[in-house]
Amino acid sequence: MTSKDIFKTAFFGLRANKMRSILTIIGIIIGISSIMLVMSIGRGAENLILNQIRGLGSRTIIIEPGREPSGPSVLAEIFTDSLKIREVEALKNPVNVPGLKGLTPVVMRVTPVAFENETLRTNIIGISELMFEILDIYPSEGYLFGDEDVKQMASVAVIGSEVKRKLFGHSDALGRKIKIKGKNFKIIGIVPPKGQVALFNVDDMVAVPYTTAQKYIAGINYFSPLIVQAENEEIVPRVANDIKITLRGLHNITDPEKDDFHITTQADAVERVNTVTGIITALLVSVAAISLVVGGIGIMNIMLVSVTERTREIGLRKAIGATDNNILAQFLTEAVMLTFAGGIAGIIVGTGLSFIGSLVLSKFVARDWPFSFPLEAAILALGVSVFIGIIFGLQPARQASRKSPIEALRYE
Amino acid sequence: MALIEVEKLRKAYTDEGVQTVALNDITFQINEGEFVAVMGPSGSGKSTLLHILGFLDAPTSGFYRFDGKEIYDYLPEEAARLRNKKMGFVFQSFNLLPRATVLENVKLPLVYSGIKESLRKDMALKAIDAVGLSNRIYHESAQLSGGEKQRVAIARALVNNPSVIFADEPTGNLDSKSGQIIMEIIQRFNRQEGHTIILITHETYTSEYAQRVIKLRDGGIESDQTVVKRHEASDVFIK
Repeated sequence: MTSKDIFKTAFFGLRANKMRSILTIIGIIIGISSIMLVMSIGRGAENLILNQIRGLGSRTIIIEPGREPSGPSVLAEIFTDSLKIREVEALKNPVNVPGLKGLTPVVMRVTPVAFENETLRTNIIGISELMFEILDIYPSEGYLFGDEDVKQMASVAVIGSEVKRKLFGHSDALGRKIKIKGKNFKIIGIVPPKGQVALFNVDDMVAVPYTTAQKYIAGINYFSPLIVQAENEEIVPRVANDIKITLRGLHNITDPEKDDFHITTQADAVERVNTVTGIITALLVSVAAISLVVGGIGIMNIMLVSVTERTREIGLRKAIGATDNNILAQFLTEAVMLTFAGGIAGIIVGTGLSFIGSLVLSKFVARDWPFSFPLEAAILALGVSVFIGIIFGLQPARQASRKSPIEALRYE
Repeated sequence: MALIEVEKLRKAYTDEGVQTVALNDITFQINEGEFVAVMGPSGSGKSTLLHILGFLDAPTSGFYRFDGKEIYDYLPEEAARLRNKKMGFVFQSFNLLPRATVLENVKLPLVYSGIKESLRKDMALKAIDAVGLSNRIYHESAQLSGGEKQRVAIARALVNNPSVIFADEPTGNLDSKSGQIIMEIIQRFNRQEGHTIILITHETYTSEYAQRVIKLRDGGIESDQTVVKRHEASDVFIK
């Protein structure tokens, strides 16, 4: 009996019970498509976050107030006011942190912004000119504010494309005045669509000098975070270390465990994201894998019923020359063909769902949510589905092959 | 040399400590080309004999030589090959694959015989033609009458051109007219193609198509006689 004959015989057996075959593989389809969906969305999320992090550039270092959060109980520690103008001045001093090319404090608030009768609740970010450079932003209209505006706490604003669209529609915004917390800000620049870059949604932002944001919008005397740019990528670890030493010295901290700030470089952030998404994906995949096992048990159950139901067929095949191995191969191939078909269908359904998922997520969560087809997950899914066919099909196939031909022929 | 040699063949079953002897030291020979009917009442051991002769079951003791080789010398795979190449089976309840066509059913033994796929269809069509069902090749078994189903089963038994055909009550589920047609086909293959036929039956009328009748009773041979007045195939029922 050739392999082709084995496949044809198995296919014939499955074709004879089309409906049952389809219902049997639903479990496998659900399992495989869930794994595909989870891995695809997980990969999409990871890529999105990594792209956002990389958007800041490899020379960028973020200093945030409070100890690095290691769990919900210490989350409150991030809301400390340990980074003020004194720290900014100390860090800008080349004696303390050589290799620091620039530093911008950041103040962020979500506040209503009004123009005439239109009001929009949006992100106000207080930054300096350096931040535009780091974010790689150039205005499509007007210009960006500079160091002088920061010094003078100028009431000027650079707005994102979405803010412009929502407040002004198609009319001109440049030179108009918007009202934030009762104070008028003159729009001096408009930036083109860029989406999310690291901490900032550039399209939905109103950028103002950080000094202005601190005094008139947030009413605070601290910053969160400070963004530092090193002169080049190679010296980032050294600059990060110098920042730590400077801030510890300034805050009289001797025990690093008691740091009231934490530093994130791009490499740290990438590693953290990879770890977190890896753990979450692994967890979700294990949950989805349970449905595969359930699907496998379903296959085994149906194959056992099928073997009993086709006892006479087995007897006949043996009478006309089938060996035990021929029967074993036929039923095992039937099980594997079922799970393989389930695997293929699962990959198609899973890919379709992932694509729809990425469209939905890009509409509601992040505009540039990437669709990702996890090729290795698809290959793995096929391997797993064949493996499940073999594992759960073996027992019914052995049972079929061991049937005595006369007992089988007598079976009613 | 005899095709089938049976010597002191015994088959006993033990069920819950009680031993039942189905065949008790029987001895006979069947030559190639013979048409032998095995008769006897229920429980006489005729089906058990057919299963042993067809390598579907093993004897408890005694000797059975097929084509000069002892049954015990065959490995299971060799026995399967022997059933495929040299034996054909026709059962009372036809045993056709339910959702397969006539052609697919008849081709079935060829799947296990290593014959090239390109040759299988021609061989099957030839066998189907021989039983007069060429106009039914794509019909599924559910669309056939009982007599037609049994003719498909005969075509399936013949497709590999076996030495011997074992027919276990082939007319048992058929009306007398269909039964007669089946018996005439079987007789014709014995006469024209030289196939050895071993027919299990409990009907005297059916046994009279054979040349020789072995009667069994309680696991032993009651008589082994040549049929004096045979039914002869009319040869008008097939094209």
